[in-house]
Amino acid sequence: MTVTEVSAGWVPLAAALLLAVAAAAASLEGALAARSAGQPLGSGLLTPVAETARLFGQRRRTTVAADLPLQRIGIAGLLTAALLMVAVVPFGRWTVADLTVGVVWFNAMDVLVWAAVWLAGWGPNSAHALVGGYRFLAQALSYELPLMFALTAPAVAAGSLRLGDVVAAQSGLWFVVWMPVAFAVFCAAVAGFSVWGPLGAPAGATTAGGVLVEAAGVDRWLLSAGRYALLTAGAAFGATAFLGGGHGPLLPAWLWLLVKTAALLAVLVALRRRLPVIRPEQLAAPAWLVALPLVLLQVLVVSVVVVVQA
Amino acid sequence: MLTGIVFWVLAVVAVAAGVAVFRADSMARATYALAASFIAVGLVLLLVDLEFLGVITVLMMTMEMAVMGIYMIMFMGMNPALMPMDMVHGKRPALAVAIGTFVVLAAGALLVPWPTRRGAPAADLVTSLGEAIMESKMLVMMTVSPVLFATIVAALVLALPRGRYDRLGDDLRAGKAPR
Amino acid sequence: MTLQTMLLVAAALFSVGLYGAISQQVVVMVMMGLELMLNGVILAAAAFWWFLSPTPDGQVLLLVVITAMTVEMAMGFAVATLLHRSRQSDMTDMATDLSR
Repeated sequence: MTVTEVSAGWVPLAAALLLAVAAAAASLEGALAARSAGQPLGSGLLTPVAETARLFGQRRRTTVAADLPLQRIGIAGLLTAALLMVAVVPFGRWTVADLTVGVVWFNAMDVLVWAAVWLAGWGPNSAHALVGGYRFLAQALSYELPLMFALTAPAVAAGSLRLGDVVAAQSGLWFVVWMPVAFAVFCAAVAGFSVWGPLGAPAGATTAGGVLVEAAGVDRWLLSAGRYALLTAGAAFGATAFLGGGHGPLLPAWLWLLVKTAALLAVLVALRRRLPVIRPEQLAAPAWLVALPLVLLQVLVVSVVVVVQA
Repeated sequence: MLTGIVFWVLAVVAVAAGVAVFRADSMARATYALAASFIAVGLVLLLVDLEFLGVITVLMMTMEMAVMGIYMIMFMGMNPALMPMDMVHGKRPALAVAIGTFVVLAAGALLVPWPTRRGAPAADLVTSLGEAIMESKMLVMMTVSPVLFATIVAALVLALPRGRYDRLGDDLRAGKAPR
Repeated sequence: MTLQTMLLVAAALFSVGLYGAISQQVVVMVMMGLELMLNGVILAAAAFWWFLSPTPDGQVLLLVVITAMTVEMAMGFAVATLLHRSRQSDMTDMATDLSR
């Protein structure tokens, strides 16, 4: 199965698809929130629509001596990074950008989130927002290195940094079967760069919302949509790099990718309510002393398997 | 044609952001101006087909500048919101040296009769780079790795004020941190 | 986009960085100047690679430059931290006694 690059005219459609899946994730989150509040599951399904309507009718909040340009860059950065991430993910036979270094590109885009979250925290000149920004950088220092090596494993197994080749290499066996550690670390890192669930301390309740605290109206919508979009982009990449991408019986490849992305996304969303929030400084020791050596061992195992097979 | 336009836009962004680093009155703006300069150069590398190195430049420099921002704010010991950030010495000589360097380099760039291109780029540049550092240029990689490792250790030794006993107390086996 | 124009841009980046590295007083700002100089070096190396000799060797050279930047940053941050801890300052002028 070869991957063809579609023309630039399809970019809006790809963006709309990403936002639609992200909205579905937000619906699921709303439904789960409604259930935990004792209301019927269905009553929360329309949360993203209601929130969008509410936030678009709300005024932006301006703070004293805010660094507006940097704040705007940070707020728009999350959604932009998510869009740039999915640009390299092959959607069945099509992809927006068939880069030879797709895996590294994904990594570079998730590093843009470092800048974006910190700038969104720095911009409003507010103590709690800045604490949130610093917390994100502290957390990012813990998850980024394990994530880099987790991304190395599928690239080594496929012998290529191009995502089309990574998918093609999984025609027999999905990578998740023989790189479970890399997959687990990858999923944790997706939660990390999406400021999600257990790794959501930078936007946590302990700092009154952290980076979100001064964002209202369109700004808050962009930040929230950006977080869901990052989670979605991470799930799409995980489905591509570890869960076989478009491989599967009967259904067309693009539908398989959609199904796998949705399944991984649903797991990530559902786990949010099951796990406690980890403070960034509590994350450092397990990330550097447990996750990093484990994922390095995983890369070693993968490399040995590749060498033995060749 | 399109490549030319993109190149000039990126070139102007890179140099303007570079100048902004030393003209901005805000530590965050100075740092992220430098990040913008690096991202522009990284994108120029993509224009000359250096995909891997271009993306790596963007990746590393965004990360470095995010960390750099923290150090700026931690160590500047001043509040640029209250006073202009003009902590310089020998401004005039520095400017003269910089302009002189630019004139010499620019003259070199324009006047030297550069040879014509020899050879063609490999079909798969990423693979050719990987093969270079793992085969013919492996010594480079073998030197770079210990240097980077030594850097990690040396930087930690310099920067950390406390040793392992400060973290876990005298009785390492008990493994309880003094609170 | 020719070799000459790319080298001109690289020279401009290098010179701006040189100005910063000489004139700034704060260690972290000096490091930013050095980084900008290396940014120019990266661009120049890429220009030479593409227009003169597009072989893998040139790519390896670029990789080395990027490594040099990493080492510079890490050691720079470590020294700045050490200076700040011992003297509550990170101005180069207040550390001149280190050269005696």
